[in-house]
Amino acid sequence: MKRRKTFAVLVSLLLVVALFGTVLTGCSSKTANNNGGSAQKTESKPILIGGVAPVTGPAATYGKSTKQGYEMALEEWNAKGGVLGRKVKLVFEDDKADPTEAANAFSKLINDNHVVAIVGSVTSSCSLAGAPIAQRAGVPMITPTSTNPKVTQVGDYIFRACFIDPFQGTVAAKFVFNNLKARKAGVIYDIGQDYNTGLAEFFKKEFESLGGKIVAYEGYPDGTTDFNTQLTKIIDAKPDVIYSPNYYNDDGLIAKQARTLGFTGPIVGGDGWDSPDLFKIGGDAVNNCYFTNHFSKDSKDPKVQAFVKKYTEKYGEAPDALAALGYDAMNIMLTAIQNAGSTDGAKIKDALKNIDYQGVTGHIKFDKDRNPVKSAVIIKIENGKQTYVTTINP
Amino acid sequence: MGSIFNLQQIINGIQIGSIYALISIGYTLVYGIIQLINFAHGDFYMVGAYAAYFAVMFSAARKEHPNVLIVLLISMTAGAIVAFLSNRIAYRPLRYKPRLSALITAIGVSMFLEYTSSAIPAIGPSYRAFPQSALIPEHTYKIGHAILSNYQIVNVSVAVVLMVVLTYIVQYTRIGMAMRASAQDKDAARLMGIDIEYIIDFTFIIGGALAGAAGLLTGITYPRINPYMGIIPGLKAFIAAVLGGIGSVPGAMLGSYILGFSEVFGMAINSILGEGIAYAILILVLIFLPQGLLGKKTGEKV
Repeated sequence: MKRRKTFAVLVSLLLVVALFGTVLTGCSSKTANNNGGSAQKTESKPILIGGVAPVTGPAATYGKSTKQGYEMALEEWNAKGGVLGRKVKLVFEDDKADPTEAANAFSKLINDNHVVAIVGSVTSSCSLAGAPIAQRAGVPMITPTSTNPKVTQVGDYIFRACFIDPFQGTVAAKFVFNNLKARKAGVIYDIGQDYNTGLAEFFKKEFESLGGKIVAYEGYPDGTTDFNTQLTKIIDAKPDVIYSPNYYNDDGLIAKQARTLGFTGPIVGGDGWDSPDLFKIGGDAVNNCYFTNHFSKDSKDPKVQAFVKKYTEKYGEAPDALAALGYDAMNIMLTAIQNAGSTDGAKIKDALKNIDYQGVTGHIKFDKDRNPVKSAVIIKIENGKQTYVTTINP
Repeated sequence: MGSIFNLQQIINGIQIGSIYALISIGYTLVYGIIQLINFAHGDFYMVGAYAAYFAVMFSAARKEHPNVLIVLLISMTAGAIVAFLSNRIAYRPLRYKPRLSALITAIGVSMFLEYTSSAIPAIGPSYRAFPQSALIPEHTYKIGHAILSNYQIVNVSVAVVLMVVLTYIVQYTRIGMAMRASAQDKDAARLMGIDIEYIIDFTFIIGGALAGAAGLLTGITYPRINPYMGIIPGLKAFIAAVLGGIGSVPGAMLGSYILGFSEVFGMAINSILGEGIAYAILILVLIFLPQGLLGKKTGEKV
């Protein structure tokens, strides 16, 4: 009995010592950091940039491309002598496309690694988990690919490199009206998804304001496989084009059923169409279809061509939209640090607000909500291949 | 209004109705014998679709043209095996336990099949494109302004043939008589020398085979499959079976077509409220005919 008691006392003593220890070291590391910021010595140390992307888990291919984009941008800067005369170094964290992991990754980068800025994450839910942490710590953050409008609404330190969902609807309407010369359009969209309804609404608004007519505006519930009823109604209204801003597995079936019902005109969609499975499901039906996207590797822009060539040589595969956005996001952040002339979070944030950057995914400036005002590309599908058509400016 | 009640929409209604009919016939058959709402029925249908998918991929890999009848046989066998095993492993030990336990177990079997399939790497959680044209290429026929495809003809004819065959088995064969006897009174049937468990196994095998066939036909018609594809059609088929009078094979068929037409016309009137309109019809029918359209007037609640 007595032995046990002494043991318990010992343990509690040890615990107290350990607690004090952490508090003390915590303080000392903080002071060291504060000193470090002003000290001359650290100037030669590399600038640390946090990078977050899901390189494992359900969005692994997205994460891999994005990370390669980050790394390539960073290497180019270092080859040119770095930022503010210092080398830049990527501290990378994998969030596995899980918001909890993303929150941990952001905390770790900010509190343990003391990064000056964060580029990430990929999925909107992860960026939404990380953004409040970056905002509170005053660390500027830019997400390359999260399209949900809520992400940048978290605060004034949060930016993004991609356009938000509804913008694609506006671009598609302009393309359909001006380039395809369509005057009558039918719309079919999934009523259960924000992405689809957002695109459909903005398409309708823009197409009507240009002077076009929406002859049918049909929704369907999530999980539908038979779209014949809606398509019959749309096709009876004789549209020049059908706008289908849905995910590829629905779009393939919609295209197929529309073709069976005798519709031969173009079917137009958003970046949800960008998948090789679209051809597997849709087959020949997706010929003469178009969609809006962030980036096309076939663009004639010399900057894009140089990027595609270099990326392909380095990684042995052509870059997709995620790699391009990862590359642009990292470049925007490093340019902002250079323009700010400092690694101070508030100064970088102000530099980001005023940035004017020509990237591989278009010309980027931020609006008052820190969303980029940028161009979108139009891709045509013909014979199982995607071909670049044109770039539409906002 | 021209685009709401026209020939094309009638064809669309028949099409959806046939798919529901293929599933609901199996549903109603199992219910008729053991009064079990087998929620896993939609998943037997998914298993049938995947069996067909692998069969077609296998013959495509060997550069052979798949034989439709052999693929159909494979789907039906796969559906039957899964149904038989579910009965033996999950439902049989609960046969004389409260009916609610069997119902919950059915939901469990359903989820087990869905999540296990999505965990198997060869199946996986995402959509797969069903090799439709490798099996039966699509042809379309024009009737006035309306368009009819060979898939629709196949679906309707298979549904009608299956209904006739099943009605024959249940009404005019010895095993059918045993099935009806077991449905009426299990104890009396056993006293008459009927092997109840054998009859129930047989019922599950038939039901599973039908679901497997439905899986193949849906795969051909809507060439996109995933492990959760059975949930919504399974629920709709259950509703159709209740609408027609659960336990009755012609009732399931009738209920399926009524549900198919209601959905099409509901959607055609207003695509956002469409499903709501379809189910308002269902509620109205059940208020006035609680036993369903062709159900027996037993006063038993479903």
